[in-house]
Formats: sequence, structure tokens, C-alpha cells
Amino acid sequence: MWKATIKVMLKKSVLDPQGQAVQKALHALGYQNVPDVRIGKYLEVKVALADRESAAAQVREMCERLLANMVIEDYTFELTEA
Amino acid sequence: MKFGVVVFPGSNCDLDAYHVIRDVLKKPVEYLWHQEESVSGFDCLVLPGGFSYGDYLRCGAIARFSPVMSAVVEMASRGGLVLGICNGFQILLEAGLLPGALYRNTSLQFRCQFTHLVTENRSTPFTGLLEPGRVLKIPIAHGEGNYCVDPETLRDMQERGQIVFRYATPEGETTPEANPNGSMWNIAGVCNERKNVLGLMPHPERAGEAALGSTDGLVIFQSIIRHWEDSR
Repeated sequence: MWKATIKVMLKKSVLDPQGQAVQKALHALGYQNVPDVRIGKYLEVKVALADRESAAAQVREMCERLLANMVIEDYTFELTEA
Repeated sequence: MKFGVVVFPGSNCDLDAYHVIRDVLKKPVEYLWHQEESVSGFDCLVLPGGFSYGDYLRCGAIARFSPVMSAVVEMASRGGLVLGICNGFQILLEAGLLPGALYRNTSLQFRCQFTHLVTENRSTPFTGLLEPGRVLKIPIAHGEGNYCVDPETLRDMQERGQIVFRYATPEGETTPEANPNGSMWNIAGVCNERKNVLGLMPHPERAGEAALGSTDGLVIFQSIIRHWEDSR
């Protein structure tokens, strides 16, 4: 059994309006030294497979088919034994 | 000609679409539950607005795997007419029937207001009855209508006439101020290369009777009907 911790972020080239709003709020709180905020999604997905390579392949496939929209988002993930 | 209105769990403009087709346009229409595996007998499918599957993960991301969607994709590939409105547009994008993606409005606000639209391509099955230069007044209601596509694809779409509607002023100027959600190039609606699948954020079904403030949405449905009659 593996646990994939997956991060889905808007691509660098795509404007992140939520990140910008949060950055402005941080500036309003006095944190002027925050030049950038990006907001994404964090997912934990368990995969019942013994072999690490197969689990990684399946997580990649699931990210590209459903968990991320590859037109506007990128994903990264880590696998730990669960 | 028979219309089908696809109903997903969380659709909420299905009744509006059904009403305008049956009671205003006087055309046969039936609901199609998302578990249906066949769409045979229908000449045009409408994917209505709403919040299918609660918009979980991304708008339209889960609905696009509904059983009915395989039949919708198959019908589109045969040249059948498919119209996606608002959440329906998001579902068509997630299903890969249309290029690009829709995400959070740059204002972060849910925008519920009238918009004005200019038509970039009047030779689609959805726009054939539009007079040149006519500006349509049709409402929007969405939080995630910010259209995004990579610049090369946008150029290809412009060349092929796939940009159908753009947000404009009442005078028909596509200014930044007329853009309610931050969409690239003021894009409000796009079609596929073959022009038989249209997705748009504005709600033509909510602009079908004078009591609602506009009847400009009717011309889109009337164009569909004319196209279908002409192709018989």
C-alpha cells in the first residue's frame, strides 16, 4: 500500500487570482516582503499496490486523467509506504 | 427536430432550458438523466448550467465521466449538435470536446449580470440567423468563467473561426471593461473545429422572454433549428 501526496498548482504562465488576493491581504497585514503567493490543491491518495513503480505509474495516470487539468495545471507527487 | 437536456446531479438550469425549448420555441424536448447510455433519437443535446457534482475538484471534472458523456462524445464525433451552457461548457472542456479551460474569475467574484456579446463567427449552426453587427444582451451567472488556452491554440482557433462569442459593450466594443471574468481576448463562447459543438458561459435560455429582460438568447436556438431544417 502506498500513499501519494499530490500537489496540483496552476501553471506558472496562468494568472492566479486567489494567490494575488491573498498576497494583497498579507501586504495589508504588514508583510511587505511577500513578492508572490500561489494557491493550489493538496491531495492524499492511497493506492493498494505492492510495487512502487506501478503505484507511481498509476498516480501519474490518475493525475493526468482527472486530478489535474493539464491545460492550466501542473502536478507533483511523492509516494510513501502506507 | 428533438432536443435533449442532459441532467447531471447538481444541474440547475435544466428546467430553464427545457422551458424555453418547449414553451417558447414549441419544439419537442426531453430530459436525459446522466446515467443514460444512449442519446439516439435526439438531434441536439443541451448540457445545462449548474453545479454538477458540487463542482468538486474542478467544475465539470467529474460530470465528464458520467455514463451519458460517452454517448455525447460519440454524437459530437458524428457531427451531431451539442450546446454547453455555463457548467455545460465547463463539462465539454473537461471532456476534451472543446479546447481550453475555465477557471476562477480574476475578480474572484461570482458575477450574475447581463453581458453584451458580439459574434465573431456567424457561419456556425448556432449563429446562422444573426445579423452582421448585432449585439446580444444575455446574462451570465458564474464564478469560474475565466477562459484560458495556450497562445498557439488561441491563434489556431482564431484562424479557424472557433471563437464564436466575445464580451463587449452595448455598442459592440470588446473593451477590457466589458470583460466580466478576465477571459483571454474577451472570449465568452467557443466551438470545435467542425463547428457542431458550442460552449458558452452566458445563458441564452435565461434570455428567452421579454419578462426576463431580454429575448436575445432565442436567436441561438432558432439558428440551431434552422440549421437542422436546412440540413434535412
